[in-house]
Amino acid sequence: MADLAARPPLLRVARSRLRLRPGRAGVVVAGLILLMAIAGSLLAPLVWPLDQSAVALGQTRLAPSWTHLAGTDDLGRDVAHRAVYGLRVSLLVGAVAAVVATVLGGVVGGIAGTLGGRVDRILMRIVDTIAAMPHLLLGIFIVAMLRPSLGAVIASVGLTHWLSTARIVRSELLSLRTRPFIDAAISGGAGRLRVLTRHLLPHVLPRLALATTLMIPHAVWHETALSFLGLGLPPHLASLGNMINDGQGSLLTGAWWASLAPGAVIVVVTLAIAVLAARWRDRLDPRVRAELHL
Amino acid sequence: MTSAQHLLADEVTVGYGRQVVLDGVSLRIGRGETVGLRGPSGCGKSTLVRVLALLHRPDRGRVSIDGTAVDAVRYAVPVALRTRVAALFQSPRAAADPRLSLTDLIAEPLRATRTPESAVRDRVDELADLVGLTADLRSRRPHAVSDGQLQRACLARALVHRPDYLLCDEATAMLDASTQAHVAAVIRDYQRTQQAGVLVVTHDQTLLDRWSDRIVDLAAAAGVRA
Repeated sequence: MADLAARPPLLRVARSRLRLRPGRAGVVVAGLILLMAIAGSLLAPLVWPLDQSAVALGQTRLAPSWTHLAGTDDLGRDVAHRAVYGLRVSLLVGAVAAVVATVLGGVVGGIAGTLGGRVDRILMRIVDTIAAMPHLLLGIFIVAMLRPSLGAVIASVGLTHWLSTARIVRSELLSLRTRPFIDAAISGGAGRLRVLTRHLLPHVLPRLALATTLMIPHAVWHETALSFLGLGLPPHLASLGNMINDGQGSLLTGAWWASLAPGAVIVVVTLAIAVLAARWRDRLDPRVRAELHL
Repeated sequence: MTSAQHLLADEVTVGYGRQVVLDGVSLRIGRGETVGLRGPSGCGKSTLVRVLALLHRPDRGRVSIDGTAVDAVRYAVPVALRTRVAALFQSPRAAADPRLSLTDLIAEPLRATRTPESAVRDRVDELADLVGLTADLRSRRPHAVSDGQLQRACLARALVHRPDYLLCDEATAMLDASTQAHVAAVIRDYQRTQQAGVLVVTHDQTLLDRWSDRIVDLAAAAGVRA
């Protein structure tokens, strides 16, 4: 340790950055899992195409084996194969719905936080009112109004999950607005637009991006819940929720594997996203960041 | 033709909710003059500075710059008037956008008023030299410099538009003795060369005595129409 100070500063920084810290292994594993999930989702149609409506009634409810790694379901479909396609749908729905929710929440929270006063009070009472309703119920209501499809599921999840984002953005803006460095910017001659784009939004955006990331696992679960209730995608299409739902029947006949693979996939992947988001959140704190870089 | 050469708070009253912080306070800062402002904690010194800096609208009374009454506050103040008054706050940490390097921090008011980038660079270098920020420090962000170094950058930022009036709200309270002396010297030099009006708010009596031409006690000034 004594010779550390003698080293050139650059080397010291590099060393401290490379050193394995507690929790770092978890982040690496989570990153790999997420990378595999995304790569699998993107490449699946090229590498391992699936005929969604194909059934093989000759090989129903086969236990996991080398030919069917996660067994087959009650229609003889390979569970592992369909789980990959289910994940593909879930990640798509999760990501798009999270972006929809973030944009909506960002705009509402942004308007409330920048204008303040009466506009803020009205918008926040609307948010409170919507938040008072169970959001799964609200999501079911939205899906019921539309035709069951990918778009309907995305709308249902996106339109019910922007409330927390709106609150985060609003409170962040309200607290930033009164900070002395905003006064200093105004005092220097910056107009409303410049303060908003140069001093307020850059502080909010990382938190907003983090909120989006934290929302993805939640949106994935939500999509699964809707599909499980039979309100998501048409039943023949592979989605994790559909598969877990289908697996219920097999479960009673002792074929536990039909629900296991999709269930495990959703837990592992959403956990991986949550771990990465948590790590990111820790890094956002400027004091923590300063310690990491110095 | 030439009207009054001073920054004036004229019978300013400010209250937060039911509590009245400033009650009909008047304060005049002439060009080329250093006015010391003292008063017990919570007597409204900082509020008065915010009113004079056109950041807070008084409930009654008004601020005028060289005889021109300014009714607008914050964003609504025309840039030409806005840049004539600058403020230096107590905590440089709070007054500096943590995302900006010290160079960008000093340059920000110039960029906000659409100054050509070449002129911005020259002016920033000139001011950074003036307040004694080394080239190494200039590229750092606030979290990587000391309070004293950051306050020097904030001082450079306050002077960047060559304001006619500089308001220092406990600006040296958090600094060590040598930085304090240096910051004070820079402000005094600026005040002399630019014939600027300076308001010094501080608890430090020795600093007040040494620095100011005239000392106003805020507790006494309230309602007295000083």
